[in-house]
Amino acid sequence: MKAVITVTGKDTVGIIAEVATLCAKHDANILDITQSVLGEYFAMIMLADISKLGIEFSAFVDTLSALGESKGLVIHTMHEDIFNTMHHI
Amino acid sequence: MINTQDVLETIGMIREENLDIRTITMGISLWDCVSEDTDRLCQKIYDKITAKAEKLVKTGEEIEKMYGIPIVNKRVSVTPISLIGGNTTPEGYIKIAHTLQRAADNLGINFIGGFSALVQKGMTEGARRMISVIPETLTETQNVCSSVNVASTKAGINMDAIALMGSTIKRAAYLTRDNNSIACAKLVVFANVPEDNPFMAGAFCGVGEPDTVINVGVSGPGVVASAIRRAGDCDLSELADVIKKTAFKITRVGQLVANEAAKRLNTPFGIVDLSLAPTPAIGDSVAHILEGMGLESCGAHGTTAALAMLNDAVKKGGVMASSHVGGLSGAFIPVSEDAGMIAAVERGALTLEKLEAMTAVCSVGLDMIAIPGDTPEDVINGIIADEISIGVVNTKTTAVRLIPAYGKKAGDSVEFGGLLGYAPIMEINTYSPAKFIARGGRIPAPIHSLKN
Repeated sequence: MKAVITVTGKDTVGIIAEVATLCAKHDANILDITQSVLGEYFAMIMLADISKLGIEFSAFVDTLSALGESKGLVIHTMHEDIFNTMHHI
Repeated sequence: MINTQDVLETIGMIREENLDIRTITMGISLWDCVSEDTDRLCQKIYDKITAKAEKLVKTGEEIEKMYGIPIVNKRVSVTPISLIGGNTTPEGYIKIAHTLQRAADNLGINFIGGFSALVQKGMTEGARRMISVIPETLTETQNVCSSVNVASTKAGINMDAIALMGSTIKRAAYLTRDNNSIACAKLVVFANVPEDNPFMAGAFCGVGEPDTVINVGVSGPGVVASAIRRAGDCDLSELADVIKKTAFKITRVGQLVANEAAKRLNTPFGIVDLSLAPTPAIGDSVAHILEGMGLESCGAHGTTAALAMLNDAVKKGGVMASSHVGGLSGAFIPVSEDAGMIAAVERGALTLEKLEAMTAVCSVGLDMIAIPGDTPEDVINGIIADEISIGVVNTKTTAVRLIPAYGKKAGDSVEFGGLLGYAPIMEINTYSPAKFIARGGRIPAPIHSLKN
């Protein structure tokens, strides 16, 4: 089971580190990262394996979302199936 | 591997364009609750609904979290109560309605549908007793919805039943006169009613349905409107393709949610309803899609053609995205629940007659239309008869949900709040169809060859 974590907002130092630390803490294994900075705007998409997640998925979603809020970022964590079903036949 | 563009598109649809799952509706059969004693019947109904749908709201919330998409409503539909109530007295039927309300309160669901009767060919005494207390039922309960099927393509049109509906609607309006005649928003009169519809107020669990079933209704007018905007000045063939692709994506999400809900609730998956269901929110309007296609205002000449194309393209895109399609499946054009429709009525571009023409090419009918409170019953009967005929002759579902807002005149407005929105009171033609309606009997089923 994989989750897609998207992080958007104003670029600051250490965004990837913060999100990665939180993932590690809850045993979410990061498989892939793409990120880009446009001007001051930061966008990152992270694919993480959540099959061994240490907490409930909904709690994981909330924890990441709270981290985002504390840093002035928006973090969405969604099960990968929504992207797969919507964009692939 | 996940494609960045796909991820951003999906998130944009949900966050910016109001993509949501409008409803997960659990159909629950009440056949095994039937009892001679009304109190025992009510107890069995309450026990069954609360047991079967115990985890419905929680499951809906979990799925929302999992996929990051809002699931706006969690609802229950039950076997038509006129069938389950059978020999019950009118007071007994009201008691059953209160039981449904208590079950809804216990579960925390948004609506419960199925205070319904199927009288397309004739009316049993049980159905007659149930219909006689619809106004009281919808006044005394908050979340119970009612529907009456008065016609079908196979049976024809039961004019005696239609003749009852005008007075029923007027009385419901009067009883809730202090609350903008809200009871009428919970009552639909149908032709060719679908038995697996997840949308309210017309949802019930049909006679041929399993013990429990999950039906899902998607939304997404905002997503279609944005896609059309991005398509720019392309021709109509290309535009139809854009709509199809968008409908495919929207419906796939519905199918995903339906599968997951069915699995978690250990309930068979029924159908995904492909309807584009608007809300009063800005950017969630079917009228704005039509305007995006090139009309100055919804209601302009050309609206029926644009809507026909939209409706067809939505179905073509959606049908491949879902393993089972059902319910109403098309574009909804409720006036009060669609900001663009409201604006079109207010600027005088959209009339009742145009809305009627539009319903010939889309689902579901004259929906959430406020009319003057002093509209005679016979005129309401005539409006119903006209709309129902469109469904019967064209072998499609049509429905009527009118609100004769008590004490209000054309040009006033009524505010229902929430998803039901607000509605300008529309002007109507009050020449009387009384003698035609009073003939009673049935309009025979239409012929299905010699089409023209």
